[in-house]
Amino acid sequence: MDGLDEIVGEFLVESHENLDQLDRDLVELERDPSSRDLLSSVFRTLHTIKGTSGFLAFGTLESVTHVGESLLSRLRDGQMKLDPQITTVLLEMVDAVRELLASIEENGTEGDNDYADLVARLHRILDGERAEPVAEPVVEPVEFEPVPEPAPEAGGPHRRTVADSSIRVDVALLDSLMNLVGELVLTRNQMLQRAATREDIELQRTTHRLNLIAGELQEGVMKTRMQPIDNVWSKLPRVVRDLSVMLGKSVDLHMEGRDTELDKTILEAIRDPLTHLVRNSVDHGIESPEARRAAGKPERGTLVLRAFHEGGQVNIEIADDGAGIDPDKVRAKGRREGDRNLSDREAMNLIFVPGFSTAKAVTNVSGRGVGMDVVKTNIEKIGGTIDLTSTVGHGTTVRIRIPLTLAIIPALVVSAAGNRYAIPQVNLLELVRLEGEQAKSQVETVQGAPVYRLRGRLLPLVDLREQLELPAVERPTTYIAVLQADNRQFGLVVDDIKDTEEIVVKPLGRQLRAISLYAGATIMGDGMVALILDTMALARKAGMALDGSDSVDRSATESGKDERTALLVVGLADGRRAGIALDTVDRLEEFTLDRVERTGGHEVVQYRGHILPLLRLDNALHGYGEPAKGQDLQVVVCHHEGRTVGVVVNAILDIVEEELSIRSHLDTGGHHGSAVVAGHVTELIDISHAIAAFDPALLAPAN
Amino acid sequence: MTHQYCTFLLDGHLFGVSVASVQEVLKEQAVTPVPLAPREVSGLINLRGQIVTTLDLRTRLGIAPRPAGAPSVSVVVRAADGGPVSLVVDQIGDVLEAPEGALEAPPDTVPAELRELVAGIYKLEDRLMLLLDTERAVTVSEVAA
Repeated sequence: MDGLDEIVGEFLVESHENLDQLDRDLVELERDPSSRDLLSSVFRTLHTIKGTSGFLAFGTLESVTHVGESLLSRLRDGQMKLDPQITTVLLEMVDAVRELLASIEENGTEGDNDYADLVARLHRILDGERAEPVAEPVVEPVEFEPVPEPAPEAGGPHRRTVADSSIRVDVALLDSLMNLVGELVLTRNQMLQRAATREDIELQRTTHRLNLIAGELQEGVMKTRMQPIDNVWSKLPRVVRDLSVMLGKSVDLHMEGRDTELDKTILEAIRDPLTHLVRNSVDHGIESPEARRAAGKPERGTLVLRAFHEGGQVNIEIADDGAGIDPDKVRAKGRREGDRNLSDREAMNLIFVPGFSTAKAVTNVSGRGVGMDVVKTNIEKIGGTIDLTSTVGHGTTVRIRIPLTLAIIPALVVSAAGNRYAIPQVNLLELVRLEGEQAKSQVETVQGAPVYRLRGRLLPLVDLREQLELPAVERPTTYIAVLQADNRQFGLVVDDIKDTEEIVVKPLGRQLRAISLYAGATIMGDGMVALILDTMALARKAGMALDGSDSVDRSATESGKDERTALLVVGLADGRRAGIALDTVDRLEEFTLDRVERTGGHEVVQYRGHILPLLRLDNALHGYGEPAKGQDLQVVVCHHEGRTVGVVVNAILDIVEEELSIRSHLDTGGHHGSAVVAGHVTELIDISHAIAAFDPALLAPAN
Repeated sequence: MTHQYCTFLLDGHLFGVSVASVQEVLKEQAVTPVPLAPREVSGLINLRGQIVTTLDLRTRLGIAPRPAGAPSVSVVVRAADGGPVSLVVDQIGDVLEAPEGALEAPPDTVPAELRELVAGIYKLEDRLMLLLDTERAVTVSEVAA
């Protein structure tokens, strides 16, 4: 009995594979109905299933495939021509076969359904009858040219290359191999560390060899787990076809980079998100043929899937040439306070907020507002990122970036309070080291939030000790790991930066899973355990708005974008807010009142060897609030055309960077009008005017 | 019918866990602390390449902390979901056999934190043995981070 079970098992595995191929071939056939190669391939596949099912006495399966085979043989011989109706019935047959196989897999029998109706319909087509058209897909009528002579089989490129040189291996075996290699890598790391301290040449040589071999082995085993993305994509032509038929749309699906390889685990993890995104594109993205014609676009929509490797990661793009997403509509649908003031880019990211849907109608395909958030969560779970760009009228592109593998990753090892932590290298941009004095002068604070100027951009700093609730400490040297989380960058301040190391990610016990800050743990070269930090969670915990649903973009990563303006937001005594363009701001200073001297009608301070004139912003903007008495002056040192002025403000509130989409020219004396910044009306200050308001003779030359 | 119990001492009390649920007993290990973790978690250890969470059983049971410098051992138990968990105790004891009938529920006067994790009390000839409910003991309240 066991022997038979084994045969059935093999039959099932083989047939499932064949069916996937069948789906792909049939859909491709619809576009190219004359392809003899394709027809032969389909015929062969079905023939194999039929033959084996007959041999194993699965009667229903045999009867269904038999009639399908007959139909295909006619098509192959050019006696009939393939049309959408026939394709639909053939695909239904594939589904029936799949159901039967599932039933066999489950309980060893074919189940109760006899598919008489399907068989009858196949027979009718065989007999040349036309049944009432069922949901004709909108496809260009394809003229069928009967194949005159069977093209010679040999010579031409063969479809499926059944590689005799390959064997089937159970995934569980590969998984355990991978685990073992992980252990080996760890042991090697420990070995290397030990050997480095010994003077034994022979030992050095042996460990060196061990190092090389372990590295190669790791690479080799990793390769066995790599599979082309086509394994997931192959199902999509069918999805697109069925959906477009149902919706009365016509969609061309192009796939580029089918052979891009990914770890099997990751491949499995992106299967559902990808399908969801493709369905979304067909349902919401691509318009009906009428609408497309009216918009001057070709009736057939195009959906492009693209996959490629880049910088140790895999990029997947899903691009449609549909209607695109109107940021205004998204903003209008936003349910939260402040959603209306978002920039276009931020608005796009609202799509990933749970419960959000822009679909006018809820179809059974999509539009329930469930999904995109799940897609995002699933992608993030495997350490990936997702990003969406859209142009109204031209289409939408979703970009997914995911790691090649999850099992062994390069990581940066840092320390805090005597313990080591690993940060996945994919999140790491660069390292900055500031010696004592340097750190004091270069790390500035905005309302208690430390920032560092990295090549002219403000980098928010996050202290690892603070995030881990460890006691704070005075550091002689400040080490900053510049990390990327989503589209934001931040600097993680750590006690020390150790090394980069290949680490094996291991899960944490359930007692610790609730702590989102840790992505897992690993074993270091010396055998100690180190926790792996989750960059996203770290940024989130530090209060950074990652999903774009919060209104303020705090980082400067987007400053290359045209319409964005980086503003220093300050407060006036009467509660008003004013914004100063960040590129005119040199420094933020605090002056005690006794430093203020007077010259002529103006207040000045001695500052870095110059006389710095002070401008009370309250006065300049005709504020009516009383400036706080007896307190230190908050001064924004600004420059303009070689002149420097200290702008005295009541409070320094924030640094924001956003599109100033809502603005008015209501001028209050700042000479730049007003805009809504982070949900508040903010007066914009033109520093040149502010300076000109002074007696120019008093202005200090620039430092 | 008798059961075998692996016993250990905690603040002078004799505790027992079913021998079947004990994987091994370890001497003091180098523990990596886990910031933000529930206070019962004393850290992570490397058990032959496997990362195992270590719980301080005194904290877990609400018993006064171990005096500084006092020795400890770890009892590694297998939880129902498969993952081993290491429990730090004061001292390991013998494997004892206890008759089934000698089990009694802990009296209500026992502190709630302890009572919750003690499945019953065995009245042995010369002393009492508290039977630890390992499943409950390795389940710690979730923390939000």
